[in-house]
Amino acid sequence: MFETGPILRALMRNKVGAILIALQIAVTMTIIVNSIFIIMERKELMARESGMDEANSFYIRSSGFAKDFNNQVTVQEDLAMIRGLPGVVDAIQVNAIPISGGGWSMGLQTKPGDDQDGVGVAVYMVDEHGTNTFDVDVIAGQDFNASDIIWRDGDRNDWPDQILITKAMAEDLYPDEDYRNAVGKTVYINRNEPIIIKGIIDKLQAPWIGWNGLERVMLVPQLMDFSAYRYLVRTEPGQRDIIMPKVEEMLASSNKGRIVRELRSMQETRDRSYRRHSAMINILTTVMVILTIVTALGIVGLASFSVNRRKKQIGTRRALGATQGAILRYFMLENFMISTVGVMVGAALTVGLNMWLMQAFELSRIDWYLIPVGMVVLWLVGQIAVLGPAKRAAAIPPAIATRNV
Amino acid sequence: MFQYYLKLALLSIKRNPILSGLMVTAIALGIGACMTTITVNYLMSADPIPQKSDKLFYVQLDSWDPNDPFDEPNEPPDQLTWTDATNLLKAKKATRQVMMAQSVGAVEPEQQDAKPYMASIRLTSKDFFGAFDTPFLYGGGWSDEADVNREFVTVISRETNDKLFGGQNSVGKTIRVLGNNFKVVGVLDNWVPVPRFYDLTTDQFAEPEEMFMPIMLKEELELPSSGNTNCWKRPDDGFKGFLNSECVNFQMWVELESEQQKQAYKDYIDNYVKEQKTLGRFARPLNNRLSDVNEWMENQEVVADDAQIMLWLSFMFLLVCLLNTIGLLLAKFTGKTGEISLRRAVGASRKDIFVQHLIETACIGLAGGIAGLGLAMLGLQGIKVLYGSFADRVSSLDFNLVIIALILALLSSIAAGLYPTWRACAIAPARALKDQ
Repeated sequence: MFETGPILRALMRNKVGAILIALQIAVTMTIIVNSIFIIMERKELMARESGMDEANSFYIRSSGFAKDFNNQVTVQEDLAMIRGLPGVVDAIQVNAIPISGGGWSMGLQTKPGDDQDGVGVAVYMVDEHGTNTFDVDVIAGQDFNASDIIWRDGDRNDWPDQILITKAMAEDLYPDEDYRNAVGKTVYINRNEPIIIKGIIDKLQAPWIGWNGLERVMLVPQLMDFSAYRYLVRTEPGQRDIIMPKVEEMLASSNKGRIVRELRSMQETRDRSYRRHSAMINILTTVMVILTIVTALGIVGLASFSVNRRKKQIGTRRALGATQGAILRYFMLENFMISTVGVMVGAALTVGLNMWLMQAFELSRIDWYLIPVGMVVLWLVGQIAVLGPAKRAAAIPPAIATRNV
Repeated sequence: MFQYYLKLALLSIKRNPILSGLMVTAIALGIGACMTTITVNYLMSADPIPQKSDKLFYVQLDSWDPNDPFDEPNEPPDQLTWTDATNLLKAKKATRQVMMAQSVGAVEPEQQDAKPYMASIRLTSKDFFGAFDTPFLYGGGWSDEADVNREFVTVISRETNDKLFGGQNSVGKTIRVLGNNFKVVGVLDNWVPVPRFYDLTTDQFAEPEEMFMPIMLKEELELPSSGNTNCWKRPDDGFKGFLNSECVNFQMWVELESEQQKQAYKDYIDNYVKEQKTLGRFARPLNNRLSDVNEWMENQEVVADDAQIMLWLSFMFLLVCLLNTIGLLLAKFTGKTGEISLRRAVGASRKDIFVQHLIETACIGLAGGIAGLGLAMLGLQGIKVLYGSFADRVSSLDFNLVIIALILALLSSIAAGLYPTWRACAIAPARALKDQ
């Protein structure tokens, strides 16, 4: 087909240049395909939803320090005040914030006893406004009502007798049953203390985005009689930025015996928590773009050089009747053949690097389809890069053959 | 001769500005990428206290749940209980012993207009300052008596001193914090160990705390616990209940001068645990550890996986750039066949030609290296923007890194130039001249 035979023989006479390009293509492909794979994985991580109304929620931390600071009264007044603000949907006092990085976890087990395995779960202490503020639905059983809520003393470690858990937690506790059956069942905290599951909520994430139990959460009907805690506030759409400074100002001026700080929107929290991943995506994207350009320029450089060197032969071929198209085809085909070797080696290297990354850094196995996609992309890069020099070759006039260099 | 070759090299570089430019760019990009990732990895894993990192040991005792290890496969907890840490502290079996925990407290400045604020506090024992060689601007650490008698004394950071006392010598003055008056005994000078090796259990690249106070005040004032608290058994109610529980929230460093002393200390803590076993604690098999600073940093995986992946990818990036340069050099030198033949014909030896072209390659490499340093600074700036405050302390070039960059550039460009140069020397002058 075409001039594959002559091209191959010509290539064999000048192997080194061809090998260099093929190797460059191979390594470039290895980096690019593995980078794309890492980027896809990170994007998938970042696309996970917390279950909250993130766009319209924010929180602030209040720490009482005065000796006569009355927590119970302050919390009740604060909550009444925040909930009464126009534009606020609901607000709660809470011990930790989803996806923020810091929180509290416990283990729940389905049978009592020291030798039973527990399932780790993130703890959020909320009152009867919890589900509304988090914007989650009770999909089985009952929500808390006002009479369920008890005060938790900072020095005591008692747990209430009922909780809400997420669907994911129900499924991890009872893997063989429908999650709805978990309602009304008794689980054990601290090995032996019974708690009844009052209801199941659809979805809410734990504070730790790197935790494998990210969606295992329990809501506990307790208000905290602690000196430090956070308020989580959910606003009407578009009202968040107006209400944030108002709440800060209100809390700071209502009680001089405390410090309010860490006023932060959920959007900011998400950006902070996932910063590492978005940074990796940005860096790898930059690397891919630069690398493609470097490889393409390398191909342009070497092809231009080989065109220049073969000016006389090209002229001779043209004089003997080869069309401009035939010359163009020669260089395109030559590049295609070199690229083919490159992407074949590249495919093997890609799998090799992925295997090593899996072993050394616990990455997962690369999606197989990325390899053929990478091969096609690099073939195209090669063809586009060689087009310019090939066109210049085709434009060489036959008369050059007759000239003495 | 060298100067003449240098002149020839510059001439030759000028003759093909585009080709030369491409080569310099390729090397610069490769070096830039590598130096960016090398810097981040180097600073992340740098020894934060080289003068004594092999004399400071982090103490771990396996006080965990008899049924499950603290961490797979059989890792002891990364912190100690109050009971064990205070026992080791009192025993004074090491040259220095540093017990510590994180806490926070409200500071109420005296100035009328200044608002109260929350300060990060490190509760520790007096040996902290000696063991970690902290620099003092004013005063010094507290005494042994202050530890024992639970005195309200504090060492503050330079920033806190600037904020509260306008940078004046504040030794002897008082600060109202945690509802009590604390006497300032020392002001630290700037001290930001990277990573913050003395406590790797939370944010490993955080700055040191704003205030330091005697650890026994934790019990005295019932101070809140910050950082990580892990429990495998429900603590009893009340603050005493927490202190006497099996919850771990305290860290311990000891300074040991020699291998014998280390062995003696290891025997001591093993015996301590055996003794505790008779009291019904420590149900797990004996699994105590002493790790020096670098071992502990490795155990706590201070260098992020992402940074290592980047490092390897950047080396591959450099490889592509070098392959590129080899190809371009080959093209360039082959284009000089006529010139080389002529020089050979008029008497230059192969060695002369070799040296001449190696100098040319080195020039390109050096130019690439310098441009690469610029790119690395740009890259590090990018890392700062992308990663935020945490990256501030792991993204600045120092003198060593500049030298590494230039050597790397020179070596890699010469490596890239070897084959093309050898080919250039191998030209048979007579035939090449005839062909012309």
